[in-house]
Amino acid sequence: MAEQHPVGFQWVVEARERGGKIIHVDPRFTRTSAMADIWAPLRPGSDIVFLGALIHYVLENDRYFHEYVVKYTNAPTILRKDFKDTEEGAGYFSGWNEKKGLYDPTTWLYEDEPVKKSHHHPGHHPAEGGHAKDRGGEAGNAHIYETDPTLQHPRCVFQVLKRHYARYTPEMVEQQCGMPQSVFLEIAKTMVDASGPDKTAAICYAVGWTQHSTGAQIIRAAAILQLLLGNIGRPGGGILALRGHASIQGSTDIPTLYDILPGYLPMPFFEDDSTKLEKYIKKHSTEAGLWSKFDHYFISLMKAWYGDSASEENEWGFQWLPRVTGDHSELGYWLDMEDGKMEGLFVMGQNPAVGAPNGRLQRKAMAKLKWLVVRDLVEIETASFWKDSPEVERGELKPKDIATEVFLMPAAGQAEKSGSFTNTQRLLQWHNKAVDPPGDARSETWFIYHLGCLLKKKAAAHREKTRNLPLNALTWHYPMQKPGSDEPDAEAVLAEINGFQWKGHSLLKSYEELKNDGSTACGCWIYTGVMPEKGKNKANMREPKDQLGHGWGFAWPKDIRIIYNRASARPDGAPWSEEKKLVWWDSEKREWTGLDVSDFKQTLPPDHKAQPEKKGLEALDGDKPFGLHPDGRGWLFVSSGLKDGPLPAHFEPLESVMANAVYPVQNNPPAKKHERKDNPYAASPSDPRFPYVLTTYRLTEHHTAGGMSRGLGHLAELQPELFAEISPELAEKIGVRSCEWVTIVTPRSLISAKALVTPRIRPLQIGGQTIDQVGLPYHWGWKGMATGDVTNDLLAISEDPNVRIMSTKALVCNLLPGRRADHKAALKQLKKLLKETA
Amino acid sequence: MSASMETTGIQPGEITAFLTDSTLCIGCKACEVACKEWNELEQDGLTLSGFSYDNTMALGHSTWRHVKFVEGTPEPGLGGNAPQQLSWEFSSDVCKHCEVAGCLEACPTGALVRTEFGGVYLQPDICNGCAYCVVSCPFGVVQKNEEDGRAFKCTFCTDRQKDQLQPACAKACPTESIKFGRLDDLRAHARERLETLHARGMHDAQIYDPTDTSVKGIHSMFLIRGEPETYNLPPRPEVPTVYLKEGWRSAAIQGITLIAGVALSFLAARAKRNEVQA
Repeated sequence: MAEQHPVGFQWVVEARERGGKIIHVDPRFTRTSAMADIWAPLRPGSDIVFLGALIHYVLENDRYFHEYVVKYTNAPTILRKDFKDTEEGAGYFSGWNEKKGLYDPTTWLYEDEPVKKSHHHPGHHPAEGGHAKDRGGEAGNAHIYETDPTLQHPRCVFQVLKRHYARYTPEMVEQQCGMPQSVFLEIAKTMVDASGPDKTAAICYAVGWTQHSTGAQIIRAAAILQLLLGNIGRPGGGILALRGHASIQGSTDIPTLYDILPGYLPMPFFEDDSTKLEKYIKKHSTEAGLWSKFDHYFISLMKAWYGDSASEENEWGFQWLPRVTGDHSELGYWLDMEDGKMEGLFVMGQNPAVGAPNGRLQRKAMAKLKWLVVRDLVEIETASFWKDSPEVERGELKPKDIATEVFLMPAAGQAEKSGSFTNTQRLLQWHNKAVDPPGDARSETWFIYHLGCLLKKKAAAHREKTRNLPLNALTWHYPMQKPGSDEPDAEAVLAEINGFQWKGHSLLKSYEELKNDGSTACGCWIYTGVMPEKGKNKANMREPKDQLGHGWGFAWPKDIRIIYNRASARPDGAPWSEEKKLVWWDSEKREWTGLDVSDFKQTLPPDHKAQPEKKGLEALDGDKPFGLHPDGRGWLFVSSGLKDGPLPAHFEPLESVMANAVYPVQNNPPAKKHERKDNPYAASPSDPRFPYVLTTYRLTEHHTAGGMSRGLGHLAELQPELFAEISPELAEKIGVRSCEWVTIVTPRSLISAKALVTPRIRPLQIGGQTIDQVGLPYHWGWKGMATGDVTNDLLAISEDPNVRIMSTKALVCNLLPGRRADHKAALKQLKKLLKETA
Repeated sequence: MSASMETTGIQPGEITAFLTDSTLCIGCKACEVACKEWNELEQDGLTLSGFSYDNTMALGHSTWRHVKFVEGTPEPGLGGNAPQQLSWEFSSDVCKHCEVAGCLEACPTGALVRTEFGGVYLQPDICNGCAYCVVSCPFGVVQKNEEDGRAFKCTFCTDRQKDQLQPACAKACPTESIKFGRLDDLRAHARERLETLHARGMHDAQIYDPTDTSVKGIHSMFLIRGEPETYNLPPRPEVPTVYLKEGWRSAAIQGITLIAGVALSFLAARAKRNEVQA
């Protein structure tokens, strides 16, 4: 966090100075470790062993938050008789279909939970990208299940959890993670001592946890731990996803993802959602909780996009939306591109030629496009791949043979345009343009708006064509920033996102005002309230009134700073403690009050009894804080929606030096390797050609793929060259010293880097063997002031089964002294090395 | 808006200082970048040093803040904030703005001056490039730009201070490792902070502010763990003119001895002549 979020890390330092304990778990001793009280190294990819053992510790030592767990989580919920855990299924949960490579999740449902009738279980469509599943899958139609508040029923979630994690012991942590038992136990004790009615502990993570073949399950394991300790929905608790760069949260809320529409509404799928809007709505709505108003959110979105053209008769334009026909995720489409299935690509604010896995495949894939539009601050490698990429140097690509027409459009920097950032805690912060962009550089708002105008003009000329219907229906009337300017007013876009009454265009204050009859329009339901009246842009407010920061920006939804904050009060509505009070029930006023905006129906009392005949939050008891879940409970066990199982289980990375010691199954069964000639893998476990563990990461001094930092002298000089961090032991083994060249080899490519020998990266002692690690930052490419080989060329294109993230943190490599060959000889050298054994 | 326009409230005539607290430094180098941006200093090298994450290596004519990276051997279980050992320390170095400044004493043209805030300021338009200041700095801070011919060093952001703004490095520091304020306040704060660190078991923590040498204290103090040498800070820095005084004294003694000797030999010779005449 100190490495990647130095500005946010000031608050961690502040907490430490006030007596908070900082624990840092990382294979390397980083700048974050340097500020921590405890540093715990672990073998890359062994995270679920570590987290599972923490869960085991909490359960075995009876350190879970009893009342919270019984009332607020699904610990007491009874599961079906035919559910089988990995313990019984030798590493598989029940429902595994080897032929399809998929799980059928029916047996994971709660007992008596009805199965929805559709082609696929919600959240289990093979083409899905996993971003819209919070709506609760099947759980939607049954919110009162059989429970055992004593947690003794052998089929209740609590007991299943206990059995599942029974083998995740401190001994296993030592043997599999390479973390001394004493260190593990100190962490476990510190964590539980910092949790309870008077205390809370938070977990911050970044891509070190997500970019694994078990990425989503690693985060799930953290969620289980935090729910058991009562650390969700309470001040100082939670799980914070530290994003890779500014507004990544914003880019999922208003998605740049293929499988969701704004506000986490699922993109309709071919087959499943092809026919009627009614069926689509029925499938994705729930009886209880906030998703019961799914149609209100969806129809208001259609109204914002299609305006007067959207009517009940034409299903509000539902049929104009494209359907997802396959894996159109970022990685899926690169493979399609290489296979010649794509014509064109817009690359905006990204540098895939350097920043994406298997760069060699990706650069070659771009040569198969008809056209490529790159918008960036400078000419990045993605825009110049056709003339100066390593493939051109090595003779794999010849500029004269590349038919791709490349358009490089100069982009405005963030100080040169107005707009918003949404950060990890759902906080929208507006930034105002400080200076005009130089020359022809323009904002994204400008580019998209004018592109849209051109497309609409073309479509208007051919109204007879059915394919032009959506473009002709699209509302596209944005005022300009000032008279005479052609820069659209970004605040007008924000107003559309906020939502308004279709008649009269008065702005909405809360998503509760949204309707399903076409009378409201809203670009993203969770953002409603960011602009509650004309001229009042709450994202632009900078007057914090309290410790939670109300008055500074706007946190979606409804400016709630801590989501699920009903959990900060006891079931009876009183705070758990004076120290940790946040939101509580005022029995005189008969409403929820406190330091934060209540994330619970304001007037719904704590002793409210569920009224299933009513929909929404009133269909839940007054002590069920998790309103986005149709049972109102935090999910220790996920009955539907995850493709690789209802509980996190440890599987080895797709390439590993070790066999899975926890289960007889080596890899996460439904993970996608996309193994093919141009995306090959090492044999696993223990390919003799690749004896070392490789992990990749970023440095404070550079920005992701370097487009924004390698060309700036004041940043480039701070980390001027690619280096490989290795331990003194490994350096001695292969005979290199700091600043001497080494070559790193994987089945995909080989690159050279200068060695940086440091005791901050250690050989791990695991199961009697020594495992050496190689650490590589990935900021460099062949352009800019600070240049170097492309680390990501070493990675494979792989997809975790839920969100289709690639594995970048745990793979295997070989390390050789000396520099790789140049030109065509590089490919020959790679071929030779892949045949040899290390 | 109000946050970004915060002023120091420090008037000319008040003595200002830096306190750089290495126990709060996260090694992000924002100070280096902010300094170069504000003062329009050039990029000065694209070579990997191989010394930890330090590719800046030293202060110089185009580097006025420099974050040092001191590597130990980390042990599992112990983070850098654990009192038991030093594992990876960061400390942002800068001109010390000495109470008795060697550079200032050595400057023959008056290019180096004491500012109204007590800092030592090098006026580039008066500098003649003699580089006496370079050899006179006990900390090796000042450097001559061989291409330009003149010497340069940290200005203490005197231009910003005049506008009641804190220096760029302190402004950019995310963890308040670099503190800027009145010298007396920061000296008091450093003592308090030291007590806190000692109470936490960090017995190796110390304040670096050589008040008991001829430098008579510095306006850029440091809170460090371990010995000053580890951070390339001389344990007992002296102003070179101290040696100069000794030089003058011995020169004077020699001179007097010589004169006395000559006088004596004349006296002796006259006595002898008298003897002969007698």
